[in-house]
Amino acid sequence: MNWTAFLALLARDAHVARRNAVQLLFQTFLQPLLFVFIFGRVMVGSGYLPAAYKSLLLPGIMAISMVFTGIWAVAMPLIAEFQFTREIEDRLLAPIDTSWVAIEKTLAGLIQAVVAGLIVLPIGGIILRPGLELHFNNPALFIVIILLVAGFSAAGGLALGCSMDQQHIGLMFSMVLTPMIFFGCTYYPWSALSKFPILQKIVLINPLAYASEGLRASLVPQFPHLPTAFILSALAVFDCLLLIGGLRQFQKKAVG
Amino acid sequence: MDSAIRTRALRKIYTSAPPAGAGRPQPSPAAGKPKDSKPQITALDGIDLDVAPGEIFGLLGPNGAGKSTTVGILTTRVRPTSGTAWVDGRDVWRDQTAAKRQIGVVAQRPNLDFSLTAREILQFHGAYFGLNSRERNQRAAQLLDRFKLTDRADQLVRGFSGGMMQRMSIARAMMHDPQVLFLDEPSVGLDPQTRLLLWEIIREYNQKGRTILLTTHNMEEADTLCERLAIIDHGRIIASGTPRELKASIPGGYLLRLRFGKQSAPLLERLGTLASVTEVRNAGDSGIDVYASRGGALIPEIVTTAAACSVELVDVHISEPSLENLFLHHTGRSLRE
Repeated sequence: MNWTAFLALLARDAHVARRNAVQLLFQTFLQPLLFVFIFGRVMVGSGYLPAAYKSLLLPGIMAISMVFTGIWAVAMPLIAEFQFTREIEDRLLAPIDTSWVAIEKTLAGLIQAVVAGLIVLPIGGIILRPGLELHFNNPALFIVIILLVAGFSAAGGLALGCSMDQQHIGLMFSMVLTPMIFFGCTYYPWSALSKFPILQKIVLINPLAYASEGLRASLVPQFPHLPTAFILSALAVFDCLLLIGGLRQFQKKAVG
Repeated sequence: MDSAIRTRALRKIYTSAPPAGAGRPQPSPAAGKPKDSKPQITALDGIDLDVAPGEIFGLLGPNGAGKSTTVGILTTRVRPTSGTAWVDGRDVWRDQTAAKRQIGVVAQRPNLDFSLTAREILQFHGAYFGLNSRERNQRAAQLLDRFKLTDRADQLVRGFSGGMMQRMSIARAMMHDPQVLFLDEPSVGLDPQTRLLLWEIIREYNQKGRTILLTTHNMEEADTLCERLAIIDHGRIIASGTPRELKASIPGGYLLRLRFGKQSAPLLERLGTLASVTEVRNAGDSGIDVYASRGGALIPEIVTTAAACSVELVDVHISEPSLENLFLHHTGRSLRE
């Protein structure tokens, strides 16, 4: 394994991210900011939603922010670089196994997803201040969940980015990401679906559901959530499956 | 001593559209059975190459002949269907990372990193290959200067012209000082001045003992730049040798492409008996190709012979010994067709 080349690839992505920092920040900041403000401040403040909803909502917003950023950060450049600009070729020719180029991309996406998730905490803290009840009594669990969520998001970005054509990006958003968010237990806990038993089972194929529930388990354990062990194993399975599938697709794209 | 580049019985059959870097192979009549659901396109059909260290070697052929696919296989970008490829003694498909260390590649289409400036592209490329920061900065500055890109060095390459991008691609491929440099159609789209600069730089790089394999469909480039050539068509090598050897192998040397008022079998036969004519070929319709050791001096005799067969000579084209004629001789087609 050639760590010099791997770190140089990572340095390249960091350099590009620094150059696009303002754009990236807006991309990751704006959506959670608006969500937290409208649902946590406007809806709760005007009495349409109970005060406790603030704390319930924040982990869900965090999950959306992470998953979106992870997928976006890996899939979008890959789609462009493989199809349109073929920019990736120079990195494919670096003296390192081709799969490591994909792993590097995934790691870069994972880091961005972690940042996007952590950014939500201060935003939420400032906007939702009075009445927000977060409990950091299990930091190890929080870290593991954050890493697993960021991991499947970036690996999902790899899998999507390598199986999709440029003209299907719109379709990806409307067919994959939008239903994922609404059936991802983001704005409500999984237990709230108990009146819809079939739907409640179906949403379990959605990795975002485990992300939201996992962040709830580690940040707001006072609310009902799926059993922690179940969440952790499901997230680990999604991480592995998406990474293996993503690497396979990447190889197919990379070598003619 | 090992060859710098060696391939044995290299075959590549595409069952889907080839990647953009691999050109567009023409479907050959031998390829694919009708009962197959996927169309099969044979891009390479048993390529054996031996390129000595320090050689400038050219792959000459029309578009879709298999040049880019050959380069793709040698540079780890296209997996061969069968056969073996070695670069600098390393089996490209067994030991990819080691092979990648030895090679620099200039793809047919520019593939520069649009998020970076010209200087950064070179510096990061150097970093992938483990150059330390002093080496990176120094070499990047040297190459930018050599390729006349210093004044644009700190701009994003997104706004570069085609010619500048091409120069950048070549500078990048040389950045880590590879033993073997692959250039796929390096001078396509370059103005004549830049082309000369490029040839000069390629020769200079070669003088450091580096091996260069380039593909081209430009006769002049093949003739002036390459020490040895392989002429490739429909995925097969149809001739190889030095440009001089290849040209000498054309029967007679001169090619006279004649067109007559009508087709005439006796005429074809009688032209073959003229002095200094080595080969006569029916070139379809009312055309006849004559290979001979004389050019224009042969015309009066041809006119007389035609008149004797009551056929009128309507068009003549004489060409001197050239690679173009060689290609025509082997394939019956012009390189530009």
